[in-house]
Amino acid sequence: MIQAILVFNNHGKPRLVRFYQHFPEEIQQQIVRETFHLVLKRDDNICNFLEGGSLIGGSDYKLIYRHYATLYFVFCVDSSESELGILDLIQVFVETLDKCFENVCELDLIFHMDKVHYILQEVVMGGMVLETNMNEIVAQIEAQNRLEKSEGGLSAAPARAVSAVKNINLPEIPRNINIGDLNIKVPNLSQFV
Amino acid sequence: MPAVSKGDGMRGLAVFISDIRNCKSKEAEIKRINKELANIRSKFKGDKALDGYSKKKYVCKLLFIFLLGHDIDFGHMEAVNLLSSNRYTEKQIGYLFISVLVNSNSELIRLINNAIKNDLASRNPTFMGLALHCIANVGSREMAEAFAGEIPKILVAGDTMDSVKQSAALCLLRLYRTSPDLVPMGDWTSRVVHLLNDQHLGVVTAATSLITTLAQKNLEEFKTSVSLAVSRLSRIVTSASTDLQDYTYYFVPAPWLSVKLLRLLQCYPPPEEPAVRGRLTECLETVLNKAQEPPKSKKVQHSNAKNAVLFEAISLIIHHDSEPNLLVRACNQLGQFLQHRETNLRYLALESMCTLASSEFSHEAVKTHIETVINALKTERDVSVRQRAVDLLYAMCDRSNAQQIVAEMLSYLETADYSIREEIVLKVAILAEKYAVDYTWYVDTILNLIRIAGDYISEEVWYRVIQIVINRDDVQGYAAKTVFEALQAPACHENLLKVGGYILGEFGNLIAGDPRSSPLIQFSLLHSKFHLCSVPTRALLLSTYIKFVNLFPEVKATIQDVLRSDSQLRNADVELQQRAVEYLRLSTIASTDILATVLEEMPPFPERESSILAKLKKKKGPGTVTDLEGSKRERSADMNGAAEPAPANTSAASTPSPSADLLGLGAVPSVPTGPPPSSGGGGGLLVDVFSDSASAVAPLAPGSEDNFARFVCKNNGVLFENQLLQIGLKSEFRQNLGRMFIFYGNKTSTQFLNFTPTLICSDGLQSNLNLQTKPVDPTVDGGAQVQQVVNIESLSDFSEAPVLNIQFRYGGTFQNVSVKLPITLNKFFQPTEMASQDFFQRWKQLSNPQQEVQNIFKAKHPMDTEVTKAKIIGFGSALLEEVDPNPANFVGAGIIHTKTTQIGCLLRLEPNLQAQMYRLTVRTSKDTVSQRLWELLSEQF
Repeated sequence: MIQAILVFNNHGKPRLVRFYQHFPEEIQQQIVRETFHLVLKRDDNICNFLEGGSLIGGSDYKLIYRHYATLYFVFCVDSSESELGILDLIQVFVETLDKCFENVCELDLIFHMDKVHYILQEVVMGGMVLETNMNEIVAQIEAQNRLEKSEGGLSAAPARAVSAVKNINLPEIPRNINIGDLNIKVPNLSQFV
Repeated sequence: MPAVSKGDGMRGLAVFISDIRNCKSKEAEIKRINKELANIRSKFKGDKALDGYSKKKYVCKLLFIFLLGHDIDFGHMEAVNLLSSNRYTEKQIGYLFISVLVNSNSELIRLINNAIKNDLASRNPTFMGLALHCIANVGSREMAEAFAGEIPKILVAGDTMDSVKQSAALCLLRLYRTSPDLVPMGDWTSRVVHLLNDQHLGVVTAATSLITTLAQKNLEEFKTSVSLAVSRLSRIVTSASTDLQDYTYYFVPAPWLSVKLLRLLQCYPPPEEPAVRGRLTECLETVLNKAQEPPKSKKVQHSNAKNAVLFEAISLIIHHDSEPNLLVRACNQLGQFLQHRETNLRYLALESMCTLASSEFSHEAVKTHIETVINALKTERDVSVRQRAVDLLYAMCDRSNAQQIVAEMLSYLETADYSIREEIVLKVAILAEKYAVDYTWYVDTILNLIRIAGDYISEEVWYRVIQIVINRDDVQGYAAKTVFEALQAPACHENLLKVGGYILGEFGNLIAGDPRSSPLIQFSLLHSKFHLCSVPTRALLLSTYIKFVNLFPEVKATIQDVLRSDSQLRNADVELQQRAVEYLRLSTIASTDILATVLEEMPPFPERESSILAKLKKKKGPGTVTDLEGSKRERSADMNGAAEPAPANTSAASTPSPSADLLGLGAVPSVPTGPPPSSGGGGGLLVDVFSDSASAVAPLAPGSEDNFARFVCKNNGVLFENQLLQIGLKSEFRQNLGRMFIFYGNKTSTQFLNFTPTLICSDGLQSNLNLQTKPVDPTVDGGAQVQQVVNIESLSDFSEAPVLNIQFRYGGTFQNVSVKLPITLNKFFQPTEMASQDFFQRWKQLSNPQQEVQNIFKAKHPMDTEVTKAKIIGFGSALLEEVDPNPANFVGAGIIHTKTTQIGCLLRLEPNLQAQMYRLTVRTSKDTVSQRLWELLSEQF
């Protein structure tokens, strides 16, 4: 079972946090911080699995993660899941995000938090893998969009808002998440303050 | 409200988010958030009713604030209003809020449940999906109570849409996980099994997950899923990558479903029907074959998906543990991965090999990779991988490679990551103990361990080394010498001082003859470190000092001076002060005899499960270690070599007086330093040694060579014991015939299946010893004992012992234990009384050099006349009094009966108390008999 799904950026800012086991708010934050420190100190291109942190289940659990440009996607799972399977599931999730947002970047996750949750819900439900077929997932999301549109064309509004915001002089320059072959090295990013 | 303002409203959310992001400091951010929270609160509480859209916007803002790590304690009611709405977008955000911010307020739950009920009944698949998601995400007991009855119906209803079926399956799984008692099995179960045949692969995947979890607790109920899963798997595995279009992932057909199906099959033993079994074997072979094919894509996703299936197939092969051919192929495949350039694959290969190492068929194959694994330990950049390498080395360790593996682990420990040091320490300590052939090696290893990683030595580890040294007299002198040398180092770890203090206090006398480690030097060495230690260590050292007073009268005055000094007698610490006062008085008033009694050497510790093993289990969770330990095949000689108390006869000799415990180190309850109290230990052991019934509960030790030796002079007792199984013996012999009752006790609460004990006689032995027995019932219930009778006939003289091999299944794992069965030549002794004259006459008749075996050996146990006599009688010969001119010597005579011949035997044992040596002479009419009897008897002293 998947215990938690955490997405945070290279600075540890949470971008998507989803727990499938109840933890008090404060513990949730500690888990995010602990997990961030665990994966941050790891080089790229070493193993994508590590023992769970002390807060979330201990050694019975594993953290399976992938690092895409500015974002870490971390799934905390127990031993009933296949490690490589989950690794591919992360890829499916990210590829789906990429399809739905057309070149997804960190900003999309920030400004469309609700949408990201909805996409995730089509992939993982209550900690269990619901669907792995990307076409199916995308079809579900498109059906949702149609329903939204039929209820007043709301989906266009946030998109407009985002494009407006994107043109504001932002302190962080968004980068597209590279979802290509994971073996390619992410170029050294200039540090933005 | 007009559409424009709605657009503005959502822009309000976007603006809020960018406001937050523009905040220059944490304080500014908190200020902005608090302002927003106040605004939302006032809107929610305001008189003006909010429309759905505004609610949605504010709830969205709350979600964002929550994500940033701020506690949200309101808004739930608005969310419930939203999810009760008929508008999809409102319902959706309402459900999202409730699933992310789970709240256990019962009033709220009632409202939510109500809305969910409506949505489930709505027959609108989208709404049903949202409701099912919410139940699965929250997964609380209240929800299980409300919906556990309803969901199975939705799941198996004919008209339910695929996507809803998928959600319903997982929803039910979640509820079963939280509250299995609320999900009773019923008619629906058989229909769920048939979902494995569903057209829609998404439904099959979800159903497989559900069945896997349900089957773990209801094996019988879901048994039919095996053949369905096999045929489904076979269709996927053999399909071309163009079939199953959408579920093909980077050229791999339905990898997730394959993984799930293989997991499901791991709930069950190999299929019984030959057709299903054959089909499954074919699938597994195909998966293994595909691994050798060139990749269809260079993308890492392709190899990931392919290998996910491969690893799961290997897990299934290991789980079945029945096809040697597949096991060896799996092992070779993993061996390839051990050197793969992908770190993930190396990691997983190490992990899988750990389980493979416990299979009897592949243990040897795994061992061939030892160099690669050691290399991984040295060169991997990733601590997760190194950790797996440590685990694998531990799993593949056996007597043949223990020294190498322990040495490698010790050298790795010098640079190991802090996070895993304690675990490595425990593993090294366990392996060193378990596979020690030579206990000097064990002592060296543990002292090295303390030197390298003193801070990570838990109390269990140093308790254990002391227990072992006390229980094994063959290593005591060496241990004393080694700790003495180790303590010479200018800076040594406090744990070393504890071990050193304890061992010198008990066995310092064994090295005191050397002027370089004279009593005074030993004392000064310990005392030079005394002041730097913590209170518990100092308390332990005080006990060492009083033991020195008994061992070495010449340092008594020096020690009394130390005890008398103000820093001891008036020490601020109550425990130290009390010890100083009591020990000083004891040394002053007690006579030498009383001192010797009170401060006698510690009796052997009663045997129990190794405390370090227990600790490792606790650390790793019970499952993992038990698997490694429990299923490890043990040759008899490997079986807990160290775990028995000193060959039991010693304790009889030293007759521990009850007072021995009064001052026994560590037996003082208020002092946390000593090893676990041993009160009654010696006494208890004494009873065991001479108890004449093979009591199933006797806490005797697991056996090995020494355990075997213990049966040379007695016929009853416990031969072997581990966490699962106890084997007791009761036997009687007359002339060349004998009968042995073997009692097998199941110590667990689980049944043993396929329980098969086998008696194995080597070819040479078979012609000399005839054993007959009937098979026992293959099922041994938890807590039950079964009995097996062996009829024994000695045909001719023999020197080997038969081996008793026991195989059974416990839980999922295969157990295999071998022990040497103590049927020895001397059992067929018939004692012969004779007078002195007769004895020496016969003695002279047997003067041919081949008829005599004579050797001198060092006493391994205290030299006690009464015990020696008891042993000679127990050996089977008559003990002849007043035969030998020297009354200190022992002589015995008897006849060995075999079917073909009878062999007269004479023996003479000459103790030399000063040198602690014996000379044993055996004369018989047959050289092989003399040799064998000499071997058997000399082991006893």
